[in-house]
Amino acid sequence: MELKSNVPTGPIEQAWDKHRFDLKLINPANKRKYNIIVVGSGLAGGAAAASLGELGYNVQCFCYQDSPRRAHSIAAQGGINAAKNYHNDGDSIYRLFYDTVKGGDFRAREYNVYRLAQVSVNIIDQCVAQGVPFAREYGGNLDNRSFGGAQVSRTFYARGQTGQQLLLGAYQALERQVGLGTVKMYSRRDMLDLIVINGQARGIVTRNLLDGKIEVHLADAVILATGGYGNVFYLSTNAKGCNATAIWRAYKRGALFANPCFTQIHPTCIPVAGEYQSKLTLMSESLRNDGRIWVPKNAGDKRVPNSIPENERDYYLERRYPSFGNLVPRDIASRAAKAECDAGRGVGPSGLGVYLDFADAIKRLGKHKIEERYGNLFEMYERITGENPYEVPMRIYPASHYTMGGLWVDYNLMSTIPGMFVGGEANFSDHGANRLGASALMQGLADGYFILPYTIGNYLATAKPGPVSADAPEVREALANVTNITNRLLGTKGTRSVDSFHRELGKIVWEYCGMGRNATGLQKALGLIPALREEYWKNVRVLGSNEEFNQSLEKAGRVADFFELAELMCLDALNRNESCGGHFREEYQTPEGEAMRDDDKYTYVAAWEYKGPGQSPALNKEPLEFKYVHPSQRSYK
Amino acid sequence: MKLTLHVWRQKNAQDKGRLVRYEVPNVNEHMSFLEMLDVLNESLIEKGEDPIAFDHDCREGICGMCGMMVNGKAHGGHKGTTICQLHMRHFKDGDELYLEPWRAKAFPIVKDLAVNRGALDRIIAAGGFISVPTGSAPDGNAIPVQKQESDLAMDAAACIGCGACVAACPNAAAALFTGAKISHLGHLPQGQPERDRRSMAMVEQMRIEDFANCTNIGECVAACPKEIQLEVIVRMNRDYIKGALTNRPTSLKGDSA
Repeated sequence: MELKSNVPTGPIEQAWDKHRFDLKLINPANKRKYNIIVVGSGLAGGAAAASLGELGYNVQCFCYQDSPRRAHSIAAQGGINAAKNYHNDGDSIYRLFYDTVKGGDFRAREYNVYRLAQVSVNIIDQCVAQGVPFAREYGGNLDNRSFGGAQVSRTFYARGQTGQQLLLGAYQALERQVGLGTVKMYSRRDMLDLIVINGQARGIVTRNLLDGKIEVHLADAVILATGGYGNVFYLSTNAKGCNATAIWRAYKRGALFANPCFTQIHPTCIPVAGEYQSKLTLMSESLRNDGRIWVPKNAGDKRVPNSIPENERDYYLERRYPSFGNLVPRDIASRAAKAECDAGRGVGPSGLGVYLDFADAIKRLGKHKIEERYGNLFEMYERITGENPYEVPMRIYPASHYTMGGLWVDYNLMSTIPGMFVGGEANFSDHGANRLGASALMQGLADGYFILPYTIGNYLATAKPGPVSADAPEVREALANVTNITNRLLGTKGTRSVDSFHRELGKIVWEYCGMGRNATGLQKALGLIPALREEYWKNVRVLGSNEEFNQSLEKAGRVADFFELAELMCLDALNRNESCGGHFREEYQTPEGEAMRDDDKYTYVAAWEYKGPGQSPALNKEPLEFKYVHPSQRSYK
Repeated sequence: MKLTLHVWRQKNAQDKGRLVRYEVPNVNEHMSFLEMLDVLNESLIEKGEDPIAFDHDCREGICGMCGMMVNGKAHGGHKGTTICQLHMRHFKDGDELYLEPWRAKAFPIVKDLAVNRGALDRIIAAGGFISVPTGSAPDGNAIPVQKQESDLAMDAAACIGCGACVAACPNAAAALFTGAKISHLGHLPQGQPERDRRSMAMVEQMRIEDFANCTNIGECVAACPKEIQLEVIVRMNRDYIKGALTNRPTSLKGDSA
């Protein structure tokens, strides 16, 4: 398959403006004749649905939760980047672009990233106008802080609840459109299939989670903004309901899946406590601004942290990376923590943890200042662990957090299925192999507020999708497919719960395709996963019926898709014989233990194409070009 | 430790519902309350019994999806804590707990401990926003906001819309929820132009949704996992009265695009 990225040519600074001018427009009176489906109501989906409704399109928006306000964007704590240079510390659009391309380990598209940096400025303005209560200085101006991977203060924040406040801004804009009647909101719906007619995306099949009704919704274009697939690991920082079903079923209908092996492991999560654990909790990366990370110098030192003297502590990030110190990017901080724990210097009951210590900051700034900056995070930590971080250092360990892979999209954010667009974490674009802090919120809102509303208009104006019937054979086929999967899951009547399978799958993926991977492990996983999947379809126990509120059935379909996705992740990881960002292949590292890229062979996006059940997917390559930021060994020393 | 639970089981909105007794042995103090229920559900599935339905999602205390009454207290009654962040170390061996869904006419039961809180979305849709079209905003620093006002706006904006205030209120009023949004936007310069109209529209929607009036009992504040203060209701009432006395009747939902 030929991958047409539709990336503009010419100077990068003018590319988006020029492209936008070239996009065809639709007369305002005609917009209401078009129906657009938006699946997902987080930052990307909520913002897109609200903006498209405001433009005059008929929008139908779907989410699996009981309200669009629950989307997991709400849990982002730290902040959102924007190249405002309000602090006169040398920031610029070009610097944000540069940091993001470098931070992504040169595996993102330059033109996409530049556009992201460019619209970052508008995002802040938009959110302020909506009433997002960003932190302020006493003079009334917006406050900023710094985040991992950057040496300037460009992160805007609302206490430790930035994601919540940005999401509520988008949610309020969305509810306004719901009130005006331009957007119809469908909550408690799972998208279970994509309807493709004459090669164009024309609708979706959903299950109404309240009563099990399988519904068909048709439209002129479909946007998937359904978030990432980090729950493939079972334990992750994602919400329990986060899943890959919508994008996975679209993949099976012909959308290519790009870079599935790029998973971000976040360095500052609360360590796992026990086998019953259902999820991991992230502590904002902003804590690394004032917290110092250390482990005891001697392996097996089990003394309480406060009794370990200064000269027996190893502040390993400050030692290894003097210029970035505790603020090195996430992939580097995560691997460094793993290395310390692997060498036996890990702390806490499991030995899988390092200290994040605020004693110096409290001495320097006073407890009050620390409380003002991070109070709610400290409370949350205490609630979960029962320890007071003002008195003893926090314990943290890396955990699966964000997935940089996702459905392949072109510069217009359109997938390989015409009429199907993908926004936010659900697509693969912009972050490359690693995502810098405070950039996920930026991408979600950029896609939703400032990119999709333009590019979809161009698609509708040029493709002119035309009418479609609910009786089309493609619709009936999609309905039958969904019914089949549901009946199969309910009919298996095995002995093991869905969760027990998910937990076991998660352990395999974490062990062999987690923070570090190697060819032997990946090959092993590629044997274990299909075997477990086979057992799943023979032995899963889903009680009850389809025609009711059935949470086990919801989970069962999602886990079935995670099995298939996990296999593709391992395949992709095995194909990429290099280390980059969130993909660390142990065979490819520098003598100092840093990731070693192979730019000659792997400067491409790996886009996988579904070839049918039981068939190996085909690998398509989109070569990446770096005209502005030249690939170099990333160094944060 | 070992716990005895009495859980409200109700198959759907039409079913009558009843309390069912369950024994949960081997509760670990580090588990969250919902993890304890997960463990119980796993054992029910093993026995071929329908697991207990309850709403939950982020399990980080921020999405607002979880919530139930434990011994008559919303989210279990621990100060500033959602049920997903409540850990079992607060309970002791042999405790007997009663688990019930949010109770309010405006929150119909979906199944077991899950309810429909769509009414809260409709209150926001009635006026809980600032009418700003995408892409036309002035520079962020062109609208300075006094730090103190911004902090007060953020205090109110922290509401997670879980519905605990409604469930805890003897009147099943939604005044804390609505007041929080009115207060959040009312403390900011951006929120001023629509301030009176916003309060009138949202208060009217509360009435339509069958939430009763607030009689200043304060149970909502005690139950709120985000510790929203009673002052937000004062502000709502003040804005409402001012709006009712000075506004001419207009469309409450704003103008269409």
